[in-house]
Amino acid sequence: MKKTWWKILASFLVVYATIAGLLLGVPHLAILNETIRNLYFHVPMWFAMMVLFSISVFYSVRSLSTKSEIDDLKAVESVNTGIIFGFLGLITGAIWAKFTWGQFWSFDPKQNFAAISILLYFAYLILRNAIDEEQKRAKLSAIYNIFAFPMMVVLLFVLPRLKDSLHPGNGGNPGFNSYDLDSRMRMVFYPACLGWILIGYWVYTIRFRIRTIENKEQHIRD
Amino acid sequence: MQLAKEVKYLIHKEILLEWRSKYTINGVLLYMVSTIFTCYLSFVSLGDKLIWNALFWVIMLFSSINGVSKSFLQETKGQQLYSYILASPAAVLISKTFYNTLLMILLTTVALGFYVMVFDTFTPPDLVMYYFAVILGSISFSTVFTMVSAIASKAGNGGMLMAILSFPIIIPVLILLIRLAKNAVDGLPWDTSYDEIGMLVIVNVMTVAASLILFPYLWRD
Repeated sequence: MKKTWWKILASFLVVYATIAGLLLGVPHLAILNETIRNLYFHVPMWFAMMVLFSISVFYSVRSLSTKSEIDDLKAVESVNTGIIFGFLGLITGAIWAKFTWGQFWSFDPKQNFAAISILLYFAYLILRNAIDEEQKRAKLSAIYNIFAFPMMVVLLFVLPRLKDSLHPGNGGNPGFNSYDLDSRMRMVFYPACLGWILIGYWVYTIRFRIRTIENKEQHIRD
Repeated sequence: MQLAKEVKYLIHKEILLEWRSKYTINGVLLYMVSTIFTCYLSFVSLGDKLIWNALFWVIMLFSSINGVSKSFLQETKGQQLYSYILASPAAVLISKTFYNTLLMILLTTVALGFYVMVFDTFTPPDLVMYYFAVILGSISFSTVFTMVSAIASKAGNGGMLMAILSFPIIIPVLILLIRLAKNAVDGLPWDTSYDEIGMLVIVNVMTVAASLILFPYLWRD
């Protein structure tokens, strides 16, 4: 129970956010209408992705100094999980964009930059595939991961502020805080974020455990 | 002081080596000129100034990837080991970055001249600012590509890996550069572009700092 309480909490929060997000009242706004409920699904994906990528950088830094295989595996598995959440964020965003902005891909800077930052992590995975030697692979991919992370932060958080975006809070658009005057949405939004971040972390721990078992099997076979 | 001495010596070595063979400088120059000429033959004239600007930066991007990636990929294992014994990793990285910056500034200046000459249907009204953007671009390309080429050369899988690894990292820089250059093309006053210039300086400082911290780990085999 001590070890699993956060998993129960995560499941509860996500189930709550899904049901409450679809049923509870939301502000009635032009254009957005009921699609505003997508906020509970689209935004938490990005938070979960950022948390997972930060975990990955943390373990990359550690693996440079400890040179342990476990840290390297943790770094790569959190990237793998983060990419899944990134894709979910892109898809939920594209669907939302279709109903509010008219096109799946609206050439919005945030959309473009999110796609580029996912490319960055694909490059990381390809770099790993290109190297056969395990220790060299761990070292080089950790270095690339740390080198690329500040660039991703610039891409996702700084550049969109310089450009006009269709997203709320950019280019003269009011932020979401001003839509949600009666704070009804916060009751669902914050639990949804926490829930999805925890679920992301859970998926990552499962993937890491599978990877460790596979690795052991490999070592035995060799 | 030791570091400055090493850097000076290593830059001297790079320039001397290049001067003897003149392989990179002539190779990249020919690459740039033939790309511009190919574009000229296919476009004939560029009426739209936006396309004029975008095409120039695409050519710059590809030529600098080719030019800068030579710095580490070209070296043999023996050469790398030799400079590893003689100098500190920081000195190697700084000298390479500095040398690449010099090389890129030289090459892009020639390329810009040729580009303006060939596509003479349009010339940026503020050529000084455009040239400033080109110099900033050369510096940013060298700082990013030097580190990435070091990673790619250690991975032992030259050209393709270099391109894959560097594109996602250089795109934010390229976006800023194109915006800065576009301001010059539109003939806007300098103070409208302080945002982009500031961001580019910050990104460069960040890249150099990250490279300096990470390179010693990369260098050690």
